[in-house]
Amino acid sequence: MAEVILGIETSCDETAAAVVAAGREVRSSVVSSQVDRHARFGGVVPEVASRAHVELIVPVVAESMVAAGAEGSDLDGVAATAGPGLIGSLLVGVSAAKALALVWDIPFVAVNHLEAHLYAALLEDPELEMPLVVLLVSGGHTLLVVMEDHGRYRLLGSTLDDAAGEAFDKVSRYLGLGYPGGPAIDELAALGDRTAYRYPRPLVQENPSTMADDRRFAFSFSGLKTAVVNHVRSDPDALTADVAASFQEAAVEVLATKLRWALESTGAPGACLGGGVAANSRLRERFGEVCDGAGVQGFLPSREMCTDNAAMVAAAGYWRLRHDGPSPLNSGADPNLGLGFLV
Amino acid sequence: MVESRPLAAVSTTSVDGTRRLAAALADLIRPGDLIVLCGDLGAGKTAFTQGLGAALGVEVPITSPTFTLANRYPGALTVHHLDVYRLVHIDEVADLGLHELVDDASVTVVEWGDAIAGALPGGFLEVRLLLGDRPDDRQVEFRTVGTEWADREPAVLAVASRATGE
Repeated sequence: MAEVILGIETSCDETAAAVVAAGREVRSSVVSSQVDRHARFGGVVPEVASRAHVELIVPVVAESMVAAGAEGSDLDGVAATAGPGLIGSLLVGVSAAKALALVWDIPFVAVNHLEAHLYAALLEDPELEMPLVVLLVSGGHTLLVVMEDHGRYRLLGSTLDDAAGEAFDKVSRYLGLGYPGGPAIDELAALGDRTAYRYPRPLVQENPSTMADDRRFAFSFSGLKTAVVNHVRSDPDALTADVAASFQEAAVEVLATKLRWALESTGAPGACLGGGVAANSRLRERFGEVCDGAGVQGFLPSREMCTDNAAMVAAAGYWRLRHDGPSPLNSGADPNLGLGFLV
Repeated sequence: MVESRPLAAVSTTSVDGTRRLAAALADLIRPGDLIVLCGDLGAGKTAFTQGLGAALGVEVPITSPTFTLANRYPGALTVHHLDVYRLVHIDEVADLGLHELVDDASVTVVEWGDAIAGALPGGFLEVRLLLGDRPDDRQVEFRTVGTEWADREPAVLAVASRATGE
């Protein structure tokens, strides 16, 4: 039985829709990015985002249905991201999904954006063995999660202050490199010396066993951002490429180290990356080294699957629908929705 | 822009020092208050909010609101933590619903709020955090704007002088 789900994603700056069968067969995946609209503002502007979602949601959903060769009567459910994200943006996708569910008389299912990211890897490699350690890094999130089974997650740790991608964005803006900061720093770092400056690696000590559990897998990028600002203030002649490369090296080393600790601590047979920062070339390189070193299967989703998309929402919605049934039509959107409620 | 002379200024030498200063200020908070945080990138705006929130009974970790724009933390008083770093147009501030947030059961903290001072729904305490000479040094300046904080200026001065004496 191929249950066909339409997924809708509008939590931040991408308007996306996808049709996925049986939780793993992607029949279409359409992503319309608003990055160009936001670039001149140096970040995601919520009102720009929600207005653009309103303009784009209907054509994007229509395109995903046409590309999949699907009609409403072919669908078994509509899934939409209900959080976390920007509230105005979330509401556009959730409202559209509910309206379609009513019109087509099929179930609506609310999906957690973080859970959807966990499903991105499973979409590309359905044979991935669980438990799976997932390092999820984006502009809004930085977390280490063990996915023990469908719908069963254990949060190992998350950021105490800034998300990793936020640090990339803020350092990039401070260095005058523009938005989005991740690709800008990645590109410039390739021309710089990553050993030029030794920036701090927050919450990374030599021996993880001496660290309290709630700090061992926690992240903190605010101090790293400040260290870069302090350094550039005191050394204005520093080559920006060297600063970018050294900052990226510090951030990536923290992420890679905590991933290695998580693999050692859980004994999980596999690991994967998710979120927009997973597109960072240095992180992808270090991820491979850590997985090889730990002797585990490392899975790197394609860049399309790392960043926000609706196929992962449809896949997560498929499993949610099977396990918990539909969401009530009066359920809302929650900008601060945590992964914790799923456990 | 030339800043007016602050009501009081305190030097801190660590992130914890900034948090302690914020916690000391929590004693002066009244329901419905508005606090504007501004100054240098990386100077400790979120750390200041963490110290204030903890002193007001917020038990969960307070993290950067840059992505979500507005976070809400239950405590003795509800703490609304906003960030307008990414907002460019003043009319976008309306979408944050500031006027609805500021009520008698909460305190509202707005990071980078100096950029939207004209759109704020009333008087406020401005806390300006500036980077100092050494990496962990911070200069924290207080200014009051409007009538809401005028009668508490002596109390703010007292908090500042106690913090300086530490």
